[in-house]
Amino acid sequence: MTRERPIRVLLAKPGLDGHDQGAKVVARALMDAGFEVIYTGLRQTPEAVANAALEEGVDVIGLSSLAGSHIPFCRKLKPLLDENGLSDRLWIVGGNIPAQDHDALRSIGVHGVFPTGTRLQEIVEFIRGRVS
Amino acid sequence: MSKERKIEVKPVVNESGIEIQPLYTAADVEATGGWDMIGEPGDYPFTRGIHKLMYREKPWTMRQYAGFGNPIDTNKRFHYLIANGQTGLNVAFDLPTQIGLDSDDPMAEGEVGRVGMAIDSLRDFEVAFEGIDLDKITVSLTVNGSAAILIAMYLAMAEKRGYDVRRLRGTCQNDILKEFIGRGTWIFPVEPSVRLVGDTIEYCAKEAPKYTPVSVCGYHIRESGANPAQEIAYAFCIAKAYADEVLKRGLDIDEFAGRLSYNFNIFGSIWEQVAKFRAARGLWAKIMKDDYGTKDPRSQWMRMIAGGGGGGLTYEQPEVNIVRGAYYALISALAGTQTMALCSYDEAYTIPTEYSARISLRTMQLLIEEMGLTDTVDPLGGSWYVETLTNQMRSKMVEIMSEVDAQGGIVRLVSEGIVQAKVSAQAYRMQQDIESGSFRKVGVNCYRMEEDEKKVEFHPYKDEDAEIQIDSLNAVRASRDQAKVETALARVAADAAAGVNVMPALVEAVKAYCTVGEITKRLVAVYGRYREPVRF
Repeated sequence: MTRERPIRVLLAKPGLDGHDQGAKVVARALMDAGFEVIYTGLRQTPEAVANAALEEGVDVIGLSSLAGSHIPFCRKLKPLLDENGLSDRLWIVGGNIPAQDHDALRSIGVHGVFPTGTRLQEIVEFIRGRVS
Repeated sequence: MSKERKIEVKPVVNESGIEIQPLYTAADVEATGGWDMIGEPGDYPFTRGIHKLMYREKPWTMRQYAGFGNPIDTNKRFHYLIANGQTGLNVAFDLPTQIGLDSDDPMAEGEVGRVGMAIDSLRDFEVAFEGIDLDKITVSLTVNGSAAILIAMYLAMAEKRGYDVRRLRGTCQNDILKEFIGRGTWIFPVEPSVRLVGDTIEYCAKEAPKYTPVSVCGYHIRESGANPAQEIAYAFCIAKAYADEVLKRGLDIDEFAGRLSYNFNIFGSIWEQVAKFRAARGLWAKIMKDDYGTKDPRSQWMRMIAGGGGGGLTYEQPEVNIVRGAYYALISALAGTQTMALCSYDEAYTIPTEYSARISLRTMQLLIEEMGLTDTVDPLGGSWYVETLTNQMRSKMVEIMSEVDAQGGIVRLVSEGIVQAKVSAQAYRMQQDIESGSFRKVGVNCYRMEEDEKKVEFHPYKDEDAEIQIDSLNAVRASRDQAKVETALARVAADAAAGVNVMPALVEAVKAYCTVGEITKRLVAVYGRYREPVRF
């Protein structure tokens, strides 16, 4: 089956964290894989992420967090995704995410967690496998 | 006649793009520029070290990055590190403080005290440095966007405690241009941001002449994807931009150049790194002498902190990062650093625990006490390989700096996101090389193993710390003289709008217990906010 349009991915930097090297590397890898990537830049609020996901009509919502605030951010984002009818979108989180937080993120509703050290191809394949 | 065996060797090219030979002789030094730029330690061009006796006189300052939660927690960590032999402090601030938000700002929720200490008002600095002798322990403030306010706060705190500000030593990172390339704690647009850095340098040159108001960071540019030669070249271009900003105000170069300092990265090949620092020292001295006409040798010194190399550490097999850190400390010592802040093994996970900070401290102490790293100055000097590579690295740096100038200068390249796009493309290529295995990382693309990550003890984040901080902020707001606050804030806005140096107004404002957030809002109203160019 071929898709009518490329897979669209929103990549966001949540909260105040300014480390964006990883997000930009992932953005390039996803573009090379043929996806359309909308990168938000730094300092996104949960509301801004949900709005961008809605307006851009993305299939995937990706967050890159390296300064530790991933859990409280995802807790705030979850109800906004639900309210905006975005709970069917693939939701992934990457960055400095200690193993002890992976289950907590999954229980909030995150579908995939990709800590520092993840191979780019693994992220690409995960998205391809889940978005049809 | 002996039979010659032809041996094929794989080509080796270092990260800066220099091909490495299997063997070096004196002829290689001659062929790459000779011995002219080497000189003797303590003499121009300072390639071998900025001081004659270097560590024989005094070992490097040990300054682990520390700060978390509220000022009470951080003060305890400071005392712990000092009790364990640390000789300087390197203060980590939380992100709200770094981008000018008070702890009760809605944007700060969940971030207060997380990656550093929360600071709202002068009261917090009073608590954080309680019981610490500011003459004996020099303090480095790792803050950029809101640096001018925090420098004002530090000087005000010291003055209040009876120190003579004219003799006070210390450092603030305060390198905003690199924040636009990596790290991202900008607040104002590029142009007023550079002007603010100029304000701090000018003010300190006049009022706090021993204080180092800027530590120009190649470190984060390297973390964002630059190679070692680019790291130095971009940092030098940035330092020149600040110097030019201050010269425009009529100061003499020797009035402030001696108080500029650098913060560099350390991960990578031992030889490339050592040659990088030796080359950089000579090049900076030459720039300051030939291009800026400095007369005072101190103005030609490239003083630096080096020991951090987060990009070299791995999430996999984190305990191996202890060994990486030991090599980084070795490089830093062999390269003649003034200060080390060694990265901790848990950096790929979180901010350092007391335990991981102590391991880093002990690593540096081992080099001093057991390994003979302080016995002699520039022990690698005279090695044909190291001297050749030093010459070659210097040529690379000069080439990159000329490219920047030809493209319109660093301020333009940063404003338009051109440097960001370049280093980000390189970071992507590096990641691909790591994944293909052509760039080797132990535990990542070779010698991988299944492991139990629970072995790493994490720094815990406590929501109560943020609550304590907000209560303390409210108490300050309730007890201060509100009329003084309003007058001081009005002066900040007026001075910013008039384009005069805002530091005197900031000092008055922090003394009136105006908060970081209140002052930043007034400055934003005049300067505006930076809008990030997102380029690939």
